Amino acid sequence: MKLKISNGHVIDPASQIDGLHDILIAEDKIVAVVPIGATNTDFVPDQIIDASDLIVCPGLIDLCARLHGPSQKQGATIASETVAAVKGGITTLCIPPDTSPVIDTPAVIEYIEDQGEKSALSKLLVVGAITQNIEGNLLSEMAALKDAGCVGISNALAPLKNSLIQQRAMEYAASIGLTVFINAIESSLQAKGCVHEGSISTRLGLAGIPETAETIAVARDLLLIEQTGVCAHFCHISTSRAVEMIAIAQQKGLPVTADVTPHHLHLAEHDIGNYDALCHVIPPLRSIRDREGLQQGLRSGIISAISSDHRPLDDDAKLGPFAETIPGISGLETLLSLTMKLVDDEILPLQQAIASLTINPANILGIDTGRISAGAPADLCIFNPNAHYECEPDKTLSAGKNTPFGSWLFTNEVSHTIVNGKIVYQQGVAQSNHP
Amino acid sequence: MNNQLTDSGRLRHFLTIEGLKQPLLTEIMDRAEQFSSISHQQVKKVPLLRGKTIVNLFFENSTRTRTTFELAAKRLSADVITLNISTSATSKGESLLDTLHNLEAMHSDMFIVRHSESGAAEFIAQHVAPHISVINAGDGCHAHPTQAMLDMFTIRRHKQHFPDLCIAIVGDILHSRVARSQIQALATLGVGEIRVIAPKTLLPADPRTLGVHVFHDMDEGLQDVDVVITLRLQNERMQGALLPSAREYFHNYGLTQEKLNLAKPDAIVMHPGPINRGVEIASNVADGPQSVILEQVTHGIAVRMAVMSMAMGAQAEQQESPA
Repeated sequence: MKLKISNGHVIDPASQIDGLHDILIAEDKIVAVVPIGATNTDFVPDQIIDASDLIVCPGLIDLCARLHGPSQKQGATIASETVAAVKGGITTLCIPPDTSPVIDTPAVIEYIEDQGEKSALSKLLVVGAITQNIEGNLLSEMAALKDAGCVGISNALAPLKNSLIQQRAMEYAASIGLTVFINAIESSLQAKGCVHEGSISTRLGLAGIPETAETIAVARDLLLIEQTGVCAHFCHISTSRAVEMIAIAQQKGLPVTADVTPHHLHLAEHDIGNYDALCHVIPPLRSIRDREGLQQGLRSGIISAISSDHRPLDDDAKLGPFAETIPGISGLETLLSLTMKLVDDEILPLQQAIASLTINPANILGIDTGRISAGAPADLCIFNPNAHYECEPDKTLSAGKNTPFGSWLFTNEVSHTIVNGKIVYQQGVAQSNHP
Repeated sequence: MNNQLTDSGRLRHFLTIEGLKQPLLTEIMDRAEQFSSISHQQVKKVPLLRGKTIVNLFFENSTRTRTTFELAAKRLSADVITLNISTSATSKGESLLDTLHNLEAMHSDMFIVRHSESGAAEFIAQHVAPHISVINAGDGCHAHPTQAMLDMFTIRRHKQHFPDLCIAIVGDILHSRVARSQIQALATLGVGEIRVIAPKTLLPADPRTLGVHVFHDMDEGLQDVDVVITLRLQNERMQGALLPSAREYFHNYGLTQEKLNLAKPDAIVMHPGPINRGVEIASNVADGPQSVILEQVTHGIAVRMAVMSMAMGAQAEQQESPA
């Protein structure tokens, strides 16, 4: 199977391509990227995608997406959520370890890979648990997890309370060359909080999560990273102060990266309005000052990736008094649109926006995708930058309709998604490549 | 957006003071003034809500609030059912909604709701059938608007002109739905100065965003105030390191006659009840000449009659209007 994507505006931050090019694909690999008109006549495509007026970029890589809700009765599956992923232009997504069962043995990874082979439209990667059953007591068999293919190690939303265990886990991960993914949460300060501690928690009488619930954890972990020399990645930071601290660590040369979610870049605590449970998320939506700090941190490269932190929930999960609802946002299908909105809003340059979804997360994960160059896997996203459409939660392909961005107007819409040289999504239709 | 009001700006639900305008609060007090005379008649009933079914839906324990709501409903000639539903039985919103829809199916007209979660009344109001009014009888740490209005009514009876007043609220502001609603009501009625007096552990983040002056020292905070409102201190606050002991709290923030003497000579003392004697207030102050604590309870009935009749009136108007 030979595929040609012609006349597209190719943007690939990894190879610094930004212009009209044809992309030639044979089987699962990119064969060549050539300026328009210079196409090799030896290449006879079986299929041509006319990408005139469209942007072609590497397939998006999402650092964190959960494929099911917290209970099994919720309808999300690997199939439903990867369909949503490819609709959003995502070709690789990374599953955090707090699945059920927890990803703490090679068997669970094999199971996910098996299921993925049967029904996933996108590529799946897994982050393993750093402690057994993410309980924070005993180290997991990290080397075995690494051999089984996990791209990093994490305790997900159950951060280690014991600093000694955190230190040892980091030392062990450092010795086998695994990146530690950190959700920076100081549990005793987060306690039963459900919103940012500030004027909104005060007005609504909701238990607050102070900024220090994040910054104290970041400070502690940065010191342990320095001590242990482990490669570390901070997942979805939410405070401006955390950005400042990570910047200092990076200046010192520590191997530290960070990502942020689109919702923390676009929303703030006041968006909760009168207890809008769709805005119930962990870490919480913070102040406008924090949001500006995150945008600034992204622009200056301190935060290098944007991840959806996708969590599909059924309607019941959001039906109740705010604190009783389940936190989480269904974010796969809005990841690209919300990131590109930062470009439209002149918050982020176009190249950098694409990089934050492609080569930068690829580098954090140490994988060979996220770039458009000869020999690279043919994972691509083609989108129309001049589309105009409204975000309609009811029409999302994810089983989770839980998005706070309903009725937002977007201008960038995915037209094609290609995984390993196969078109898995085209103009509104997902196409399974499974028999 | 204020979903408490009908299209014509009348009170349909009563969920929070926030967003309500001064004339509406005044209307509630004026209406309560009319109802309070009924309590002194031989027959303490008016037929305003005859044939209406009011459901007291208490997901959290209460004696005083529940009883005064019941009495208020009965004096308006409504049929009243009281359901005490332990929150453990309805731990998730799903079954909470099921409970509501069941009660709706019994042709209820009004829900009086108390719940331990902030925003519960708002949530219920968003999901009930349009002909039902929801009155918030306290939701978590968020709001207790009828308590705030009976407090305003009591203050007005003693002090007339709100803009001239300086009012201090003492105690656990952080966890107090009463304080939040009082502060909003006082601000809406244009009170000259609102003070809160508490240690930082009992204050919410950014308390100044509520429009109050913050004092940590009670002697300073009570200087020349016209009204002292003391709040109940829950015993469980000693857990979680919010306070060292009830004794130390009383020493620093308990209202004694000596401290009360720092306020204006004609200052009144209020408390939403139930009182912890010797914790937030000394017995001789609670029972003393400046205390209006029992009056508050009495006024609770008239104020709740006012709110219920206004909400049912607005509902009737809404149902009749072609839109």
